[in-house]
Amino acid sequence: MLESLIHVCLAGLSKGMFIWLVASGLTLIFGVLGVLNFAHGSFYMLGAYFCYTLLSMFSDNFWLGLALGPLCVCAVGFVVERFFLRYVYHLHLPYQLLLTFAFVIIFDNLVKILWGGGSIGSPTVTGMAGSVSIAGRLFPTYSLFIMAVGPLVALGLWLMLEKTWAGRIIRAASSDREMASALGVRVPALYTGVFVFGTWLGAMGGGLAVPYVGLLTPGMGEGIIIDAFVVAVIGGLGSLKGAFLGALIIGLLSSFGTRFIPSFDMFLIFILMAGVLLWRPQGFFGEAS
Amino acid sequence: MILTLKDVNTYYGTSHVLQDISLDVDTAEVVALLGRNGVGKTTTLRSIMGLTPPKSGSIVFNGQEVQGRPPYALASLGIAYMPDDLRIFPDLTCEENLEIAARVAKRSGYWNKSRVHELFPVLNTRRKQKGLNMSGGEKKMLSLGRALMANPDLVLLDEPSEGLAPLIVRMLADVINTIRGHEVTVLLADQNLRFCRRVCDRGHIIEKGRMVHSDTMEGIMSTERVVKEYLAL
Repeated sequence: MLESLIHVCLAGLSKGMFIWLVASGLTLIFGVLGVLNFAHGSFYMLGAYFCYTLLSMFSDNFWLGLALGPLCVCAVGFVVERFFLRYVYHLHLPYQLLLTFAFVIIFDNLVKILWGGGSIGSPTVTGMAGSVSIAGRLFPTYSLFIMAVGPLVALGLWLMLEKTWAGRIIRAASSDREMASALGVRVPALYTGVFVFGTWLGAMGGGLAVPYVGLLTPGMGEGIIIDAFVVAVIGGLGSLKGAFLGALIIGLLSSFGTRFIPSFDMFLIFILMAGVLLWRPQGFFGEAS
Repeated sequence: MILTLKDVNTYYGTSHVLQDISLDVDTAEVVALLGRNGVGKTTTLRSIMGLTPPKSGSIVFNGQEVQGRPPYALASLGIAYMPDDLRIFPDLTCEENLEIAARVAKRSGYWNKSRVHELFPVLNTRRKQKGLNMSGGEKKMLSLGRALMANPDLVLLDEPSEGLAPLIVRMLADVINTIRGHEVTVLLADQNLRFCRRVCDRGHIIEKGRMVHSDTMEGIMSTERVVKEYLAL
């Protein structure tokens, strides 16, 4: 029983870290630009497909694919922000949602055209294909790796935002974009930069998912974006700390749900979200408005 | 002239807030925008800074037409702004609030962190304090210090004396004289006539979005009709 619990926890933590990778970019973009980017899940999907294609080009070198794939998606993110999203910032939120949702449909179909509508089996990673024995049972090495990557990304983001000038300028602009602009911050360029960086985080999530999910399918971004949205909402929109905590909770909850009450798996997550919204509408670390 | 506004018209939505405002400010001068609450003083400063861009008219700064440029472009040309609500970044420390201005404006000159600390010693003792936890008076000094950190040629100060105790207002007057002594031109909007008389060379009076009177501060104060009609509370 105890072994089983440990493994459910481990599976939950690794799932949570995936959701965190996607939610971190979503949260950063919302925190700074104030845009809820539905297409963030598409960046995750594109990240996965680009990595897959690149790694098959480079004789199955996963790490090379992972390094280059998300960069290609960044170019896509740049186009989306610079030539589309920029023109709807001054409009109401529904317009931004509609535009980013349009991109979800466009990218899903683009993937179908370029890679085909069926699912693609993903390769294994050299050196991480195996399992290690934990508490008497086997646990995939790659999942352990993901559990290490998540906190590293969190630490990196924290250091970037707190300890570098780029980070301080980002924080200043996200709390008061008008005053930042009056001091000389090129806010439009900053927005593009943050959006592209957020895109990179989402695409990295997708790239890292290639060996983890086993199958690449068009529309694979939708499932994760819903989880990431739930995480962002319960953590407090725009709060990275909240997103990290939220991702851990959702990962564990869904892992326990799948193990003990499989038919209520998704239900549990939404019950939690409803509960959090009733008790604390701004989320764990959100600011009350 | 370091700054010349000609026939500036600014709107908030459909309301015509500034109507053909024209004014000028000479280099190293301290000029006041005077008038009662809600006549358009803040909007004039915001129009100059590009925060509420005018619909028409011309704004010439240091010989360049700048109307329609974004605020960050004006900041790098040498205009700094202290808003009436101070707008200290709550999440940054006192020191970071100062340094960010120097970093993003990328201009060099007399003002740096230690010079600002000389001017406002309390900012030195509050260095590591988050903006969020500073008092109103400290925020005012920080907001003014932050404007100077950009080494501007012109600072726009919105209600600098508002909410300050009389003794502090006198200190502020000294500070403004120090600032002008280092060749920074000041355009301020304030309702405290005694303060304006102490620091300003000239004044422009705005009434319901129109420029109604311009004169030296002494000239304005000695014309009873003007004071009564536009300035008396």
